[in-house]
Amino acid sequence: MRYLPLTDADRRLMLERIGVNSVDDLFVDVPASARLPGPLPTLPKHLAEFEVERIIGGLAAKNLSAGACPSFLGAGAYRHHVPASVDQLLLRGEFLTSYTPYQPEVSQGTLQSLFEFQTQVALLTGMEVANASMYDGATACAEAVMMANRITRRGWALVSGGLHPHYREVIQTMADSTGFAVQALPPTISPVEEIAENIDQETACVVVQNPDFFGRLHDFTALAEICQSNGALLVVVVTEVVSLGLVKPPGAMGADIVVAEGQGIGNALGFGGPHVGLFACKEKYVRQMPGRLCGQTVDADGRRGYVLTLSTREQHIRREKATSNICTNSGLCALAFTIHLSLLGEEGLTRLAELNHAMASTFADRIAQVPGCRVLNESFFNEFTVELPISAAALVDKMAKVPILAGVPVSRLYPDNPELENLLLVAVTELNQIQEMEKFVQLLKVWL
Amino acid sequence: MNQQGRPTRPTGGNAISTQNGLGIAEPLIFEQGQEKRCGVDLPPIPKFRERLGGLRREGTIGLPGLSEPQVVRHYTRLSQMNFSIDGNFYPLGSCTMKHNPRLNEKLARLPGLADLHPLQPVSTVQGALELIDLLAHWLKTLTGMPAVAMPQAAGAHGEFCGMAAIKAALAARGETRTRVLAPESAHGTNPATAAALGFVVETIPANAEGRVDLDVFKAKLGPDVAAIMLTNPNTCGLFERDMIEIAEAVHAAGAYFYCDGANFNAIVGRIRPADLGVDAMHINLHKTFSTPHGGGGPGAGPVVLSEELARFAPLPYVVRDDKGFRLVEHAKDAKESIGRLKGFHGQMGMFVRALAYMLSHGADGLWQVSGDAVLNANYILASLKDVMTASYAGPCMHEALFDDRFLKDTGVTTLDFAKALLDEGFHPMTMYFPLVVHGAMLIEPTETESRETLDGFIAVMRSLAEQAQSGNVELFHEAPRQTPLRRLDETLAARRPVLKWTKGQPK
Repeated sequence: MRYLPLTDADRRLMLERIGVNSVDDLFVDVPASARLPGPLPTLPKHLAEFEVERIIGGLAAKNLSAGACPSFLGAGAYRHHVPASVDQLLLRGEFLTSYTPYQPEVSQGTLQSLFEFQTQVALLTGMEVANASMYDGATACAEAVMMANRITRRGWALVSGGLHPHYREVIQTMADSTGFAVQALPPTISPVEEIAENIDQETACVVVQNPDFFGRLHDFTALAEICQSNGALLVVVVTEVVSLGLVKPPGAMGADIVVAEGQGIGNALGFGGPHVGLFACKEKYVRQMPGRLCGQTVDADGRRGYVLTLSTREQHIRREKATSNICTNSGLCALAFTIHLSLLGEEGLTRLAELNHAMASTFADRIAQVPGCRVLNESFFNEFTVELPISAAALVDKMAKVPILAGVPVSRLYPDNPELENLLLVAVTELNQIQEMEKFVQLLKVWL
Repeated sequence: MNQQGRPTRPTGGNAISTQNGLGIAEPLIFEQGQEKRCGVDLPPIPKFRERLGGLRREGTIGLPGLSEPQVVRHYTRLSQMNFSIDGNFYPLGSCTMKHNPRLNEKLARLPGLADLHPLQPVSTVQGALELIDLLAHWLKTLTGMPAVAMPQAAGAHGEFCGMAAIKAALAARGETRTRVLAPESAHGTNPATAAALGFVVETIPANAEGRVDLDVFKAKLGPDVAAIMLTNPNTCGLFERDMIEIAEAVHAAGAYFYCDGANFNAIVGRIRPADLGVDAMHINLHKTFSTPHGGGGPGAGPVVLSEELARFAPLPYVVRDDKGFRLVEHAKDAKESIGRLKGFHGQMGMFVRALAYMLSHGADGLWQVSGDAVLNANYILASLKDVMTASYAGPCMHEALFDDRFLKDTGVTTLDFAKALLDEGFHPMTMYFPLVVHGAMLIEPTETESRETLDGFIAVMRSLAEQAQSGNVELFHEAPRQTPLRRLDETLAARRPVLKWTKGQPK
């Protein structure tokens, strides 16, 4: 077996030193009834590299990859270009095959990149501090709600109908399992959502999204003030991180906690995972934050260096009193994010965001000209909602046969809301081309 | 083995460049940029009508501008400051730092898997769903369990899933049980998870043999106990001999047996948790099945479940019917599910790697994996127990536990000992965990290390033990000297937290 270096000669010599006759003798503490007599007969035997490639390559070939056809899918995962150098650097064994940097003297590479990641996330979100990543945007969002519960010592969260349904559902699961209350406002396509009137003196936090699930942009400055006067925290969610290159950041609107899905920078769609959760907040709340934090310090010779810090919040020190049970997070995805954002820089990110918006705006104008189609958004970044004269799911299925991945039918995420049945979420990134849009529009004109 | 009395490395590097050969001092990316420089080219932006609703960002973000060669050099240099499995023996106990096959990386990057949107019509992702189903089949077969929940992003996330399912099962029985029992050797995530779910965590002490004290455990059992959370093999590297008896007692008390499967790598392919009476167990794919650790994730934490707990499994999950594979995504189709635990469907990238690992090894290879892992650990235990103090008599499982009794009165601590290992080019063992012994040193060699590597490590460990006992305290207190940085001031970092770079901040 190519990954296993021990030979029979090694084993004999080693067993002799240990003083037993066989490897099986080392398993004496296992009850005999639970010890299998030999390798499981119902599973296949080991395979050559090319045989494994054949099997998994065969499974891959059964899928329609988003890059193989025009794709307008978003709803929390966006297909952006990832420069080749990002992946080449990720594959460096020193990054790929190291552990959480608990020995800082031999982990400065990981630690410094995390420090850079935290700085980038703070800058993008307009917040004072950021942690070293969470599993994904949805889990980061639920952790933000639980953090708000700790800070305010209150127990219910008000959730906007514009929040991504998966995020809302994860909050609900955590609420049901850990014991807090959630009021989720219904998803609505009307431009105004009366969030503020639902806030009271017991509200721990208000969770809103920008751009929201339907793609609309909001200024939450006034809402932040209302939250503050009621002692509630404002949690702002961003599911398309590239938008922060162009759109006013949540920090500038007065958000207390900002969480985001960072996949759009540096990370593949990957059928939904692994992605990377960004988590930022005001500095005064840092000791209630979940997850790992990297901090600057000096070494014995006075040189600048980095360590994991404030770990008295964490499970490996605080055990049942920890702020969260999170341990492993999304280190390598965070590194991908950091490298890609370093390549983009100020100018690149701004241009990339502008290009996304320009392409989406162009597409929205063209779709709006199709009889029967209505673009519902007054504002958006790179994703908008189209009202069709037919069921969006039916159109998507028909388009998939072309093949065009036409967008996400809102009903995929809201199956029980008939009023949303004809709504299609359409996302456009720098990877979409004008010809693709023309083809899409042409088909709409023929089919609708 | 380095000799004592070697010169301390010059601090701050070379006088001219501040560099020192491969001992690189690399500024932050923020200290290297220049306005108008960019590492990405983009096509021209077409004319468009702005739709930002007046919410265009004002002012600059503050990101530095660098070209591609600068970024590549920066992160290459940073990488060179890391120890890694590829470069160093990394016997970090409880973490399973085994070789990460590059085939797995290659396959995870196939466009037919990596370039899939999670919300594509299911008709266009049949291969992806089949892959998840096939991985689930392997996990169920290897554990002997009837069901597996796939979406969780890491071990701790899996723990939450399993314990939430147990809580839901109790609620379905109309019971509210408040206590969870966990051994004092448990990973910190166990009590943190149980507490998050509202349980009161009670610690079971270890007996003189490093295992659950059966009498104390039975005395603590009662009608208000929801579950026991037990790691097996446990964090002392020992198999809980009484596991079946523990499981029977737990079930007789109407409680559930949650097994922390972090150490499944020690028994994979040889012992099925179902045969030990487990009701739920998470599996860290990044440990046992070697999807890489990546400097702290991403991981994946599928949870195998008993028949009784399976109906509470989280959303979504894959099912197969006459039309092919599909996803059950909504609560209306799974009324008893605990709900959704993360966005989308799970850590697909990790699933591909784990499946590639399993297919590569096969049943015979996995049998050898656990056997060699246990053999390597016992070889280390046998080779060091005369100069260091083994906490418990062997045989151990996949890791060997020592404590600091052999350092008594030497002036050398476990931390010092670990730091001295860095100068020898070895990543240290896990220190001060588990908490059940004083100054713990937990060594997990894994099955992917050769006997020659182990012999080299053993020689260094023996020599260091002798140095400590012969009073060469300096060697330890000054260590590490051969690393990019020397010991870091963690107290300063925590007392005055600097968590990001700010303009004008001193270098």
